[in-house]
Amino acid sequence: MRDDTHYRIASEKEMSKKEQKPAETIIEIQDMLPGGQDARKRRRRSMHFRRNWEFYVMMLVPLVFFVVIRYVPMAGNIIAFRRYYPGASIFGSENSGLKYFKMFIGQPTFWRAFFNTLTLNISYLVVRFPLTLIFALLLNEIRTLRWKKFVQTVSYLPHFISTVIVAGMIIQFVSLGGPVNQILQYFGKDTVHFIIEPSWFVTIFVTSGLWQSLGWGTILYLASMAHINPNLYEAAEVDGATHLQRVLHVTIPCILPTIATLFILDIGGLVGSGMAFEKVFLIQNPMTEEVSEILSTYVYKMGIKQNLYSYATAIGLFEGVINLILLTIANKTVKWLTGTSLW
Amino acid sequence: MIENERKRKAVESKDAALHYRDSFTSKAIIKGNENIKIKTADELVIRKWNKRESLGYRVFRVFNLFFMILISAATLYPFLYLVAQSFSSEAAIVSGSVTIFPIGFNITTYISVLSKGEFLLYYRNTIFYTLVGTTSSLFLSALLAYPLSKSHLKANKFIAPFVIFTMYFGGGMIPTFVLIARGLNLWHKWPAFIIPALISTYYVLLMRAFFIGSPHELEEAGELDGLSQFGVFFRIVLPLSKPIMATMTLFYAVSYWNNWWNAFLYLEKKDWPVAYYLRTIISYAATSNDPGDVSAEKMQVAANIKSTAMVLMALPIICAYPLVQRYYVQGMMLGGVKE
Repeated sequence: MRDDTHYRIASEKEMSKKEQKPAETIIEIQDMLPGGQDARKRRRRSMHFRRNWEFYVMMLVPLVFFVVIRYVPMAGNIIAFRRYYPGASIFGSENSGLKYFKMFIGQPTFWRAFFNTLTLNISYLVVRFPLTLIFALLLNEIRTLRWKKFVQTVSYLPHFISTVIVAGMIIQFVSLGGPVNQILQYFGKDTVHFIIEPSWFVTIFVTSGLWQSLGWGTILYLASMAHINPNLYEAAEVDGATHLQRVLHVTIPCILPTIATLFILDIGGLVGSGMAFEKVFLIQNPMTEEVSEILSTYVYKMGIKQNLYSYATAIGLFEGVINLILLTIANKTVKWLTGTSLW
Repeated sequence: MIENERKRKAVESKDAALHYRDSFTSKAIIKGNENIKIKTADELVIRKWNKRESLGYRVFRVFNLFFMILISAATLYPFLYLVAQSFSSEAAIVSGSVTIFPIGFNITTYISVLSKGEFLLYYRNTIFYTLVGTTSSLFLSALLAYPLSKSHLKANKFIAPFVIFTMYFGGGMIPTFVLIARGLNLWHKWPAFIIPALISTYYVLLMRAFFIGSPHELEEAGELDGLSQFGVFFRIVLPLSKPIMATMTLFYAVSYWNNWWNAFLYLEKKDWPVAYYLRTIISYAATSNDPGDVSAEKMQVAANIKSTAMVLMALPIICAYPLVQRYYVQGMMLGGVKE
């Protein structure tokens, strides 16, 4: 995704070397045919299709999937503006204008969910982003290859464990008889029933998130560190740079594009929930609802549990559009700062 | 003067090491033996350099070692705890004395979980979904990624953004639910578990990056020998794409294995995968608001069974993981390396 421009430019150059010449001769002949310049384009297109139809046939089924499963629901967002009830067409039955938008804007539970989402995502980002970078830098300093591999292997593992298992682990870990409370007891403190304490929710969310993603988050950093030209380090060494200076003045500037890209992606996800949704959904309970209710759990409860389809869709659409705007702004900013862009 | 001389020697020795490493690498490549342990230049000169490392750097390395041990231990501990719990007696769990090793070791929980017909049914469902889902996902993604990697296809100018856009904006939960459950009428039918997840845009882009990066000479040779594009794809491109296909198999398989959300939305009880069954048993503890004695005890008894079910569900992934880890990493690097 991030490199495609690079690749595209390279391969287009290659292609033009190989194919342009025969193509030009064809055009010359075509110009002499009846219809002349005007028909040239059409002929070229049919020629292109006749040569490459097999590629387009290959893409057919996957593209049908994209249209039906990805784009029809996108169009289905129209039910935010039209009343939908089970049994109606999936595009709604009658126009309702902005009714559902006005409805949720006046709803305190919506705003609670909105700010909870922001709080949760921002606290997670603020903790995770720098820690991942530091962890990657520290991993990069390990000289023993086997030990490095081991730490990497171990720290990637939680990424592949189902959120259900993670949620189950969290619940058992902070339960009354779990290790956390055992430690508290050991120090003579009272036990805390963490999972139903609203004040502990964000901490539980962020800590378990770190456990899940700290290792995996380093992969792209490590990949770009591996591609730093060793001569740069040698040059810095000869110039008398200390280890720390080498990290600050060689490693970090070299991986800045990667940092920027990952940062854009994170900013774009600030209002969305992505992976967080499943975990929050699994560990929340009525006692912590005041802090654990986020936009997507709210959408689920309104839409699927209470059958307020159009109302929930309006909220979902609002969320999606804000995400897109945030992503665009973040992308523009980072492009302006470092010259790296997502698209 | 002495200092400079020392530096010059250091650089020379490193150059020599690099040269040595290169010659060694090429030998290994010529032999086609990837298992030869190749030492990096850093490792070869490290002994000489140790003497000159500053005190601060040595302190840092000790700190780094302890930090890494700490991280590894913190990552592994929850798994150990889970396993210990699944083998412990109920009494030991209730009293909260299980930490790393099982107390009152027994396998009765395993026997009771496995002898319940429903657990095995859900497990079988998961295996079935993973097999069917991964195969079809892999096939469809490759069919899309390969033409997308051809820059001479004019329609790619429109198709690529069309596909990529779905990564940044989607239909949202409710319209998707309405489409699958009502529009396509898949409510309470097992394909509803697989169809919404069939093609992942991100994985398609990873595959495309692989296809773009791989050499095209053989494809052209195949064309010249009279193969159709389908022939080229099935007989030349796919067999040569084993690394990316392995990566994608693993990515997709893990995502199907772990998925519970689609089951939650669309499936009836007999079609549940084990992940969703787990969700039903853990949600009891999460939604129980009464920390009183009786329910605490009940929860701990359930904890016994929960841990066992969790271990059984995670087991295939944890066992396969160390073997296939390098494929995951390779796959991720394909998408992320900037040069």
